[in-house]
Amino acid sequence: MATDAMAPVGTAATPKIRSELLQQRARAARWFLVPMLIALAIVAGWPLMRSIWFSFTDATLNDLYGAEWIGIGNYLRWQVLESGTVRYRGVLADPDWWNAVWNTVRFAFWSVLWETVLGMIVALVLNAEFRGRGIVRAAILIPWAIPTIVSARMWGWMLNDQFGIINDLGMKLGLLSAPVAWTASADTAMTAVLIVDIWKTTPFMALLILAGLQMIPKDIYEAAEIDGVHPVKQFFRITLPLVRPALMVAIIFRVLDALRIFDLIYVLTPNSRSTKTMSVLAQENLFQFNNFAEGSTQSTLLFLLIAIFTILYIWIGKVNFEGGDR
Amino acid sequence: MKMNLMLAGLLTSVTLVGGAAQAAELSIVSGDTGNGLAFLRSQLDRFEAETGHTVTVVPMPSSTTDQFGQYRLWLAAGNTDIDVYQTDVIWAPQLADQFLDLTEAAADIVDDHFPSIIESQTADGKLVALPAFTDAPALYYRTDLLEKHGKSVPATWTELEATAKEIMDAERAEGNSEIWGFVFQGNAYEGLTCDALEWVMSNGGGQIVEADGTISINNEQAAAAIDRAAGWVGTIAPEGVLAYMEEESRGVWQLGNAVFMRNWPYAYALSNGDDSAVKGKFDVAPLPAGDGEGARSAATLGGWNVAVSKYSPDPEAAIELAKFLASEEVQKERAIQQSNLPTIPSLYEDADVLAASPFMANWKAIFEQAVPRPSAPTKTNYNEVSSLFWSAVHDTLSGNGSAAENLEILEADLQDLKGDAW
Repeated sequence: MATDAMAPVGTAATPKIRSELLQQRARAARWFLVPMLIALAIVAGWPLMRSIWFSFTDATLNDLYGAEWIGIGNYLRWQVLESGTVRYRGVLADPDWWNAVWNTVRFAFWSVLWETVLGMIVALVLNAEFRGRGIVRAAILIPWAIPTIVSARMWGWMLNDQFGIINDLGMKLGLLSAPVAWTASADTAMTAVLIVDIWKTTPFMALLILAGLQMIPKDIYEAAEIDGVHPVKQFFRITLPLVRPALMVAIIFRVLDALRIFDLIYVLTPNSRSTKTMSVLAQENLFQFNNFAEGSTQSTLLFLLIAIFTILYIWIGKVNFEGGDR
Repeated sequence: MKMNLMLAGLLTSVTLVGGAAQAAELSIVSGDTGNGLAFLRSQLDRFEAETGHTVTVVPMPSSTTDQFGQYRLWLAAGNTDIDVYQTDVIWAPQLADQFLDLTEAAADIVDDHFPSIIESQTADGKLVALPAFTDAPALYYRTDLLEKHGKSVPATWTELEATAKEIMDAERAEGNSEIWGFVFQGNAYEGLTCDALEWVMSNGGGQIVEADGTISINNEQAAAAIDRAAGWVGTIAPEGVLAYMEEESRGVWQLGNAVFMRNWPYAYALSNGDDSAVKGKFDVAPLPAGDGEGARSAATLGGWNVAVSKYSPDPEAAIELAKFLASEEVQKERAIQQSNLPTIPSLYEDADVLAASPFMANWKAIFEQAVPRPSAPTKTNYNEVSSLFWSAVHDTLSGNGSAAENLEILEADLQDLKGDAW
């Protein structure tokens, strides 16, 4: 029954007859798209191309326009020593870079996982009918509406080891024996970042999933109830498969966001190896150090990584869709 | 291209000639902490009244690292919105290209200032910025607690460690559960470079990169100094000190929750404010010395300066403002209200200044032997050098490897960065 209902969701009807009128409309549509494409090319395309170009040069911020082409040296260069040992240099051979990649991936994995699970629970609750649902739905969005810098500062104070409310509560409830320096200690810094990020973005996840939940026709559940299907089975056999398209989109949005995380980590934690992500490292090289070219290289690699991930995700996601459709 | 430049130059000079006599609208950036912004505003109001120009203050984050990133970006983009920048003492060699040469404009006043400060702001014969105040940190100590427990002011780090521990334990036994022995700046940022340079230098471990460009940091005395500091975290200092900058440590101190604090002189006036729990209960002394060969008390040279952007649409008025902020009268007010150290020697004997900040009488001597950070020998690489250094120290403080291990890696990293020459 559930599989029958899925068929119309996955496939969209494509018009086979290309009438004169349709062609005309397509032409008009193209004209309407032109301003948007130009705007995108200026604000996204041009800076992107320039960053990529800088990554192949020896640019520094003191002399941006005197940058000269040096090939792939910023990515990887090697030098054969007299003894025959090969010495690798460049971002791809830099342990700091791989440490940042690992931090970013770890952060993205855990934050998105928790946000998906919690977001699903929140969405299911909000999907139920109860009094004051509208107000609750609006209220739950507040963490998402607060600018990240502000919430990072706010949590920074809440997690502070001397004045923070979290340590205070933990001590009073007897959960902590001594105040913990959440953001300072290398062991807890990443956890602190994860907590704040999950707090902030779960509402976003919940909202997207909720939209998916509301698309599911009510009569399926009615039919399942008549057949005596257990609610847990209903969730795994009806809700989850039907909300999957929305869930996939929500997850990809979040992963893209998580992979370029910068502001939260920059504001909340000390600038140490245990939390430094790709964006933080790139920013440091671009603006703090005299390594504009290296920073551009790192930005370009970050861009490539995100692009590859997105393509893979869509590709693998699609394969699964078709498998489900039989 | 040349044609365009000439045209631009021509236009600018026309505007200059036309605009010289008129009132200008200027902007100055400031990352001042405490009540520094209010003080700056009060001085700017005077400037406005005297000259007829208007000045807007653009507030910035207090971390010097954050400020530098932003200024770097603005200057690289040729931003014309900011006319006057407040610059850290270490920035001159890195930003020299983007600021106007003030040699000529300041020819009449440079001799009033300490020659070493003027020298620190000169890069390749170009006077990049005018000094607004100088900085050399102090050991803040609680006179009431030291007296109560019959202790004297520590002259070495070993003494500080013992005194801090003893007073902290005794106070905690009496129910003062929030008291700590010592707070400093342990976050991974420029401030940690300052703190750690003092530990290393005071222990006879050199100054990271010596004036001639030699990398000297990997030595036993330096490692011992950093290991000793690592032992403070979680014992006499709260573990959170690893995320503290100046203001966080002042927060703990000013609530009366620390026996000792390492901080810059700006905290003196604030700690004596009416809302301060330590008002009248503290004093300052030079930082302790280490032990071993060549040990002495060492203070990192700090200080802030004012520089004029090359892209300022109204450079003459901007230079006027910079000169005003570096002037003797503003420096005097600054010394009285903000307890910032003046860069003009005669002010250290000024009766009004000494009445407000009695410690300044001793500070001239401390300032005169302050240790500069290696910004001059490492040139445009300074920020990266500093970042590598503070990362190695922060790693050691957080228990991530011993100082000897981290300094060995640091030395190799610095060598890579240096290449054939800085």
